[in-house]
Amino acid sequence: MDKLESLGQLLADALGQKLVSWSIHLGEITIVVRDENWIEVAKFLSEDERFCLRTCIDLCGLDYSAYGSGAWHMPRFAVAYHLLSVKYNFRIRAKVFCADDYFPCLPSVADIWPSVDWYEREAFDLFGIMFSGHPDLRRLLTDYGFVGHPFRKDFPLSGYVEMRYDPCQRRVVYQPVTVEPREVTPRVVRESGYGR
Amino acid sequence: MGAEIKNYTLNFGPQHPAAHGVLRLVLELDGEVVQRADPHIGLLHRGTEKLAESKTYLQSLPYMDRLDYVSMMCNEHAYVMAVERLAGIEVPIRAQYIRVMFDEITRILNHLLWLGAHALDCGAMTMFLYCFREREDLMDCYEAVSGARLHAAYYRPGGVYRDLPDFMPKYGESKIRSVTEVAKLNENRQGSLLDFLEDFCARFPRYVDEYENLLTDNRIWKQRTVGIGVVSPERAVALGFSGPMLRGSGVDWDLRKTQPYEVYDQVDFDIPLGVNGDCYDRYLVRVEELRQSNRIIRQCIKWLRSNPGPVITADHKVAPPSRVKMKLGMEHLIHHFKLFTEGMHVPEGEVYAAVEHPKGEFGVYMVSDGANKPYRLKIRAPGFAHLAALNEMSVGHMIADVVAIIGTQDIVFGEVDR
Repeated sequence: MDKLESLGQLLADALGQKLVSWSIHLGEITIVVRDENWIEVAKFLSEDERFCLRTCIDLCGLDYSAYGSGAWHMPRFAVAYHLLSVKYNFRIRAKVFCADDYFPCLPSVADIWPSVDWYEREAFDLFGIMFSGHPDLRRLLTDYGFVGHPFRKDFPLSGYVEMRYDPCQRRVVYQPVTVEPREVTPRVVRESGYGR
Repeated sequence: MGAEIKNYTLNFGPQHPAAHGVLRLVLELDGEVVQRADPHIGLLHRGTEKLAESKTYLQSLPYMDRLDYVSMMCNEHAYVMAVERLAGIEVPIRAQYIRVMFDEITRILNHLLWLGAHALDCGAMTMFLYCFREREDLMDCYEAVSGARLHAAYYRPGGVYRDLPDFMPKYGESKIRSVTEVAKLNENRQGSLLDFLEDFCARFPRYVDEYENLLTDNRIWKQRTVGIGVVSPERAVALGFSGPMLRGSGVDWDLRKTQPYEVYDQVDFDIPLGVNGDCYDRYLVRVEELRQSNRIIRQCIKWLRSNPGPVITADHKVAPPSRVKMKLGMEHLIHHFKLFTEGMHVPEGEVYAAVEHPKGEFGVYMVSDGANKPYRLKIRAPGFAHLAALNEMSVGHMIADVVAIIGTQDIVFGEVDR
């Protein structure tokens, strides 16, 4: 635990005002970085000899619009980067919130961590988060010509269109979905320590 | 003056036996040399992460089996570890040993399939038949503990679903199998699962020797793999490689050693490393991992024989009470009912849990807002990062080498597309 705290302190001292906050929870260190400073911070983390975070192991888009039971007051979209230092054997989670809810956009870090290339394409595809400066920001996982960003919370689980083979036209066609949305188990948020 | 020859574009897949599933590759070729490889993925995208957001924690567990469908239990492992860390659940020590043992069984299963398929792609037919012979025995172990040969759903938050069985499934007599044949097949299935596994572990090193006899010094095999798809250690780290892809390049990184989970710090094993970072070294690393996994399984068998105990947590807010208790006690009946209707509640927070999956680092990033369903689940699949580097690895190689490179990456589309 000591190692983590001193690491967090070191990060906080080195980055200062560029961080919104940092915290340690469940043995993991999370830093929240201002989006205008993100490129600078990313370069620093990957190149600084004290950290050597040369690997970006994962990048995850997040849509907070339905978080918890109350209203969410922070920006809607965020991206969580999981960084790994193979040299010193530690991980850091860096979170960056997108300032604009209607056109979420962050600078691309694909030239700092080459592994990020596809992860950014994935986040763009599923959440519609733009990465400015990305070399080739195409859709990755959804179908050619797909409309919408399926992992946003306002995108229904069943989607809007379904596919079937049309024997008259002799090809696969799209049509509006025929499945009715249903919730098998309702989503419940209980008070902490419920039933204990 | 030679005629000006233009590059031409070739579509490879999505229905190609060497594409290991539904990979569509758009190759730009200059003669037979690859100039650019653009993988188109997503043909197997099922939206597992989105589905998990609308299911309770227990209901989305079986989806994990269907990610990397050749190493099922390792996927479950990362998922249950994430839930356990978020909810602060203690796992009984016996369950931890069972998990380690089945992780290693899964590793052997995965590497055997990889070895067979990779060798088949490169023209060695026999390997496929040999590898499936041993896979069959391990599949029977899956069946013995969970009832399913592939999609086990055996690991549960808080432990494993049930203790190891005292008997093995046996072959039955049929039109094509006589009594004497069946008796011979059932010879090593008379005792418990651990007896059967111990017998397997005794036989297995000899089988690995057989594979190595066929491949390691084979001239054709070496021509197809040595010097193909070379990745330098610095580049492998930057590209987010993990598992044998990283160790093949000589980077000493294995989560089982560097960030041990469960009881990996209690068992004794070695981490093989490659030197040149080519397909051949990665082959050698994986074959050695087969032997090391076998060694870990042996140690687990020894421990499990002498240490009985509970295999799932006694906290009935996350794990159901036993059937007998449930039938007799009102309190237990309520617990059972609440657990299987509303599901467990996981405190607010976020966690990233990673395991050393046979293919590399398999991570689950889970965000919970305190509800009975995860708010966001992100699966970090090792194959995704590896496939993203396919272009870099295959540029300048011949088109036939692309097949060897896809093979060496151990791509499975269930996890890449999720």
